[in-house]
Amino acid sequence: MELFLAITVGGLFAAGFYCLMLHSIVRIALGLVLLGSATNLLIFTINGLQRGFAPLVPEGQEALSPPFADPVPQAFILTAIVINFGLLALLLVLVHRAAQETGTDDTRALRTELKDSKQ
Amino acid sequence: MTPSALLSLPMILCLGAAATGLLTPSRAWPRRWLALMTMVSLSVVGAMLLVTVRREGIQSMQVGGWAAPFGITLVADLLSALLVLVTGVMGLTVVSYSAATLPSSKEAGAYYPLVLVLVGGVCGAFLTGDLFNLFVWIEVMLGASFVLLALEARQEQLEASIKYMSLSLMGSVVLLCAVGLLYGAAGTLNLADLAVTVPGLGTPNLMTAVSMFFLVAFALKAGAFPLFFWLPASYHTPPAAVTTLFSALLTKVGVYALARVFTLVFTQDAQLTSTLLLVMGGLTMVTGVLGAVAQYDMRRLLSFHIISQIGYLIAALGLLTRSALTALIAFLIHYIFAKSALFLVSGATARVTRTYDLHQMGNLYRTQPLLAALFFIPALSLAGVPPFSGFFAKLAVIQAALRAENWIIAGTAVVVGLLTLFSMMKIWREAFWKAPPEDQPQEPTRPLSLGDGVLGPCMAMTLFMVVLGLGAEPLLELADAAAGQLLNPEEYVRAVLGGRP
Amino acid sequence: MNPVVMHTVARLMAPVLLLVSLVLAVRGHDIPGGGFVGGLMAATAFALLMVAFGRPAARKQLRVHPTRLAAAGLLVALFSGVPPMMQGRPFLSGIWARLPVPGTDGLKVGTPQLFDLGIYLVVLGTAMSFILGMARGEDTTAPEMGG
Repeated sequence: MELFLAITVGGLFAAGFYCLMLHSIVRIALGLVLLGSATNLLIFTINGLQRGFAPLVPEGQEALSPPFADPVPQAFILTAIVINFGLLALLLVLVHRAAQETGTDDTRALRTELKDSKQ
Repeated sequence: MTPSALLSLPMILCLGAAATGLLTPSRAWPRRWLALMTMVSLSVVGAMLLVTVRREGIQSMQVGGWAAPFGITLVADLLSALLVLVTGVMGLTVVSYSAATLPSSKEAGAYYPLVLVLVGGVCGAFLTGDLFNLFVWIEVMLGASFVLLALEARQEQLEASIKYMSLSLMGSVVLLCAVGLLYGAAGTLNLADLAVTVPGLGTPNLMTAVSMFFLVAFALKAGAFPLFFWLPASYHTPPAAVTTLFSALLTKVGVYALARVFTLVFTQDAQLTSTLLLVMGGLTMVTGVLGAVAQYDMRRLLSFHIISQIGYLIAALGLLTRSALTALIAFLIHYIFAKSALFLVSGATARVTRTYDLHQMGNLYRTQPLLAALFFIPALSLAGVPPFSGFFAKLAVIQAALRAENWIIAGTAVVVGLLTLFSMMKIWREAFWKAPPEDQPQEPTRPLSLGDGVLGPCMAMTLFMVVLGLGAEPLLELADAAAGQLLNPEEYVRAVLGGRP
Repeated sequence: MNPVVMHTVARLMAPVLLLVSLVLAVRGHDIPGGGFVGGLMAATAFALLMVAFGRPAARKQLRVHPTRLAAAGLLVALFSGVPPMMQGRPFLSGIWARLPVPGTDGLKVGTPQLFDLGIYLVVLGTAMSFILGMARGEDTTAPEMGG
């Protein structure tokens, strides 16, 4: 299972970096989404997959009884998802505005438009 | 006040003031004064923290009382405390400059709360004791910087903002990967705990691989070669106050993080990291200054100089000796002030001439004598001319390189210093000295005086530089003590983990 | 979809969602839940209203500007960490007390619940500012007028 997930992580990274090299800003943003998911899956996988209880101390007990899942990577992933989501939302708002003002989402066109507007 | 309260205060102050600012009615004055007062208190807290650390050693605190390495740890050693103090002073400078230059419609908006969030994020990054929270604070700071850059962005700023955001997000992905891989390998992210566990892991090659992830991520944030291109593409677009804030704080967090992880955690393959950092630093110096030589837009030119000065810092880190780290810290402080002074002056110049294009300026030496003086001193200081702070800082770097018998870095540092002087002289000649272009309508402009509020912050920065130049001894002494703490992690570990080995 | 169904469902579900979100936020210290999921759930309640009645109606139901909501939440969360500092303990340490409520063995209240409430407001405010921000300019296509 770990091997399968490792290959998936690799595939996601490859797809993400491929998207980053395209000229459409929307695809670049999608590439960043893919990279974010790949990273989260990486953190999920890296600790090894095992079956365990939720890391919550049951009623009436003082400590956890093993096997319990490591809560730290889950906390990382949750935080990372929130941050990634927030920043991407900002990026998308910006892309939306750029598209509204210039009528294109092509990075090359955006740059030539700039040259035109300067002259 | 207890030291543990002092450690959490910078972030509480900044974030609390940002939230309060957003709750006040949308007018300029309450938000402006709130930001000013917060920055003053932040500077005071930074100074108190520095005094405490100097007197009583490294301070740490566990947020919520959860013991390290399980909880969230805040740590202040001399370097962190010094940087928090500088952050407070820079925040104060930028806010007072903004109050003098920005239109009140902008001041009434989310501008000051965003600046406060950014400064809070920077302080958090300097004070945090674990890598995941370093990531979180860097993201807080980046998020605020995104909005500041894009706030009312004009069309040409949109492309810059998009470029800046996508590259920063990519850097964050790399950093997060590094953090995840390190947690998988070491089972902890607390810096002090890592300093103890990583040498005993028995997988030095894996650690080296992970450390390279951190190197790439932080080098991107610092704007080092070859990952610097986002910086000159975006830094010249926002108002001068924002550029100053970015140039003073954002890239420094990258440098600070590099210094922290490569002195505390990844010491297992010092040879490799040192070589890489030296090569990176040398190339950053050279590409930055060569990029600057070709520029005729004042702020673009200064942005390229940010990169070249970052090169000095990274090269000094690569030498990894005590004298080199001393030089690194002294240079860092000097350069935050020098670069900010230059950006603030460029903003003031643009207010007078309504352009950043050097071709269209001229004769400012006669029409704006005070402005000319305020440009001249930081420019010489940045280039490393005595008796200003830059001379001692640069001398310290070169001496450290010579002492480490690294002739290439020493030679590069000297040559880049000369080229910096050349490029500063270019601004001087074009903007201040030469006759103005003839097609330019010459309206007689009143000379700016200190009473305008624009020059006050520039004046303060320049004064700092003169004081740091004439009284370099105490700064170097402090930097030496801070470098000593960086090179001997035992005190850091003891401060965080207590009696544990 | 028939707007009548949509409207009825939204009108019925939104208060329920809000109530559940509060329950989640309050019980979250010792069992699954917490301010974060609570805030998200509350945001879905308003998102549902927006889908059914359009953006202006949802904004009106929220009453406060979302940014201010988030700011107030941040203040509450930060403030919850201050009382322990007065006692000389680290920032955000929990202080718990039992309120004597008749019929039970005391109601457990403490500063972490205040923190959760702050996070609830931050998440609700931030999520709403994103949702409302993205829906701006698309109101014409939203099924606004149901009859």
